[in-house]
Amino acid sequence: MKPILEVRRLTHTYSVGTPFERTAVEDVSFSVAPGEFLGIMGHTGSGKSTLIQHLNGLLRPTSGQVLLHGQDVWRNPKEIRQVRFRVGLVFQYPEHQLFEETVYRDIAFGPANMGKTGQELDRCVREAAKLVGLRDSQMEKSPFELSGGQKRRVALAGVLAMDPEVLVLDEPAAGLDPAGRENLMANIRDYHRNHHKTILLVSHSMDEIARNASRILVLKRARILMDGTPEQVFARGEELQAAGLDVPHVTRIALALRRRGIPVDPGAYTAEALEASLLSLRKDGAPC
Amino acid sequence: MLKDITLGQYFPGDTVAHRLDPRTKILLVVLYIAALFSARSYLTYGIMILCLALCVSVSKVRPRAMVRGLRPVLFIILFTAGINLLFTPGERNLVEFGVIHISDTGVRTAVFMVLRILLLIMGTFLMTYTTSPISLTDALESLLNWMKRFHVPVHELAMMMSIALRFIPTLIEETDKILSAQKARGADLESGNPVQRARAMLPILVPLFISAIRRADELATAMECRCYHGGEGRTRLHVLQYARRDYAALTLGLCICTGVMVLGRMGM
Amino acid sequence: MAAILETRKLRYAYPAEGGETLALDGVDVSIERGSFVVVLGHNGSGKSTLAKTFNAILLPAGGQVLVDGMDTQDEELLLSIRQRVGMVFQNPDNQIVANVVEEDVAFAPENLGVPTAEIRRRVDEALRAVGMYEYVTHAPHLLSGGQKQRIAIAGVVAMEPDCVVLDEATAMLDPAGRREVLSTVRRLNKEKGITVILITHHMDEAEDADRVLVMDQGKLVMDGPPRDIFSQVGRLRRMGLTVPDTVDLLNRLRMDGWDLPLDALSVEECADAIAASFSPRPERLSGSTADDTAAIGQSNR
Repeated sequence: MKPILEVRRLTHTYSVGTPFERTAVEDVSFSVAPGEFLGIMGHTGSGKSTLIQHLNGLLRPTSGQVLLHGQDVWRNPKEIRQVRFRVGLVFQYPEHQLFEETVYRDIAFGPANMGKTGQELDRCVREAAKLVGLRDSQMEKSPFELSGGQKRRVALAGVLAMDPEVLVLDEPAAGLDPAGRENLMANIRDYHRNHHKTILLVSHSMDEIARNASRILVLKRARILMDGTPEQVFARGEELQAAGLDVPHVTRIALALRRRGIPVDPGAYTAEALEASLLSLRKDGAPC
Repeated sequence: MLKDITLGQYFPGDTVAHRLDPRTKILLVVLYIAALFSARSYLTYGIMILCLALCVSVSKVRPRAMVRGLRPVLFIILFTAGINLLFTPGERNLVEFGVIHISDTGVRTAVFMVLRILLLIMGTFLMTYTTSPISLTDALESLLNWMKRFHVPVHELAMMMSIALRFIPTLIEETDKILSAQKARGADLESGNPVQRARAMLPILVPLFISAIRRADELATAMECRCYHGGEGRTRLHVLQYARRDYAALTLGLCICTGVMVLGRMGM
Repeated sequence: MAAILETRKLRYAYPAEGGETLALDGVDVSIERGSFVVVLGHNGSGKSTLAKTFNAILLPAGGQVLVDGMDTQDEELLLSIRQRVGMVFQNPDNQIVANVVEEDVAFAPENLGVPTAEIRRRVDEALRAVGMYEYVTHAPHLLSGGQKQRIAIAGVVAMEPDCVVLDEATAMLDPAGRREVLSTVRRLNKEKGITVILITHHMDEAEDADRVLVMDQGKLVMDGPPRDIFSQVGRLRRMGLTVPDTVDLLNRLRMDGWDLPLDALSVEECADAIAASFSPRPERLSGSTADDTAAIGQSNR
């Protein structure tokens, strides 16, 4: 399948020519297939924020290219706004960017900037609101009256309303409580499943990435350290830990079991998988 | 990017210029400005340049940093120079070209005007480069302490100033973030007429205000939690204390200032 | 041991449309001096409101809060109460007052009128205690989130408090930052004997607490050592809380009929427990069969 998004040898250096010169992304290449759910993982300062701001043309590469459907996003710099509608980017704590008087108008900001009006605009807003589980009764409220979790949903809807082909989420669940986290992630999973959209999820929570992504990109100090399926990446759990990165709790248990001579699957990163692995081991001749 | 703006930046160091009491530095800058405005001749301007050069070399601030600070005011300097050059009548015209007359007095005034602005800016910059913003506000609070008798809330004003200074980088970073986020939703800040552009700033300004208010609220709680209850009974980690070098610097500054003023009066 | 903090029938209500919402509904709790207590609860459960009543930022609408025996309603005692109970909040940027680390840490002692030489000593000691001494003259806004929170903790430690309350102080941090802050408060608790009250919704932060309190709808609904709390998997889930993955796995295996304890919270303990059920020691085997049946009975399969 032809990739929807392709990053080729991307390098970004801040403050070139000053004492503060710093390369945040260095020679990064990867491609994303349509409909893929890609997790991007790396700790603070690994360059993930800089990287994702290239995907919708907020930052311009110092060198290298970002291709959307095979075309360089900077081919025509005057048209860069069109790229932003096609690659939706939800920043960390997006609720801090709400500004309109009503929830409805805030969600409409993006599609209105695309030039949508009337019934078409209304349809975009209502559909996006439905995707994140906002009720009709909330649409005419001020976004600032809502709870933290609901504000987050409004902000997310504001990007979904542009109906982007690729959705990039930077720590979408940060700061929410476990139930809020799980609800929001379930929403995103449903959106991915039902709309066949491409999703890039940035997180420093390995557990969150492990539960959602079908492929994981690990960044370390501006470069790609690993690129593979969750099983492949977490099977290198010891390497991840040595690099100062977190591994899912379940992987840590699996690794601890292997150290004790119990040959569980090192790629088991969910409780279900580790349970299954343990059950099959026990059946194969372990006592009891 | 907005982050790259330097605003009254402080370069930590351990030179005499850094160690002087901030109050001394403020008073010296006042003397320096007074002298600058009474300088009228090449001789007196020469003395002022020499003073500044000496202070810069003592402070070990790189001359390049001094010059970089001038960049934002370059236009104003050139503008003043142009106006003075073109519109000062004099005894003898050096250049006559159509409506353009440049007189000898014009050149002189332009040079002095430019020197005055340059020296003024570089002098105050040198103070902010060698003094942390917090000790500057401390110094102001201490110098203006007498005004408390007239119910001027000196402590409160100084506290507000130092908090404002503390939050400038935070708010600049925040502005950057909001700007990117709204651009990601297709906000168009670059096209349209001035009214449209002003309207286009709303999606940036509203969240910025809301965040500033939220921060102020949280900070107020945090300050209360750390037992803040106004200036009453407050002690300080760094107590301002005049040392020998402060008296020496002030005496020297006073002498030079008086000297320049006298020379200026005498028309030299 | 004496209680440093005590609430009696504590009530608190926020004004809301058409009346008020009850945020705290009769909370009775007493915190022992020198203990490490974790308060869990989903957003809106009242846990942050509870924290703010501990140092008179919020005053009770009913009942009492006593700090070292002092009633928080007594305005005369306000400063002594706040000096004893320090608070660290969620957003590291919004609690740092000064442009220089040492000035920020000095803020509270300055407010308390501590003599200059003593402030210096306290600032240095507090910064050493949180492992940030080398940053004494740095600008706080250039530090990482975890480092900023450690500065905020140092700012509180410089008051020489009996108790530090962390109100979701780890919520905005990345995993590395969270680890920094947690190990810092654990050390303060062990080495300086400071009582720590950690308010969080990260279950794994509760693993080695002395005691876990669970808040739900303004009430204190669970109170006990972490092992007892986390073994009540179903009840926690019903309140919108999760259990640590270790407990989740053990719970699943128990449902499958394995004989495992539910209170092996840490990764190592959990691995030990599972490994033990694999060990071929005969005495273990016979015991395990009997327990298995019991476990099956318990889990109602």
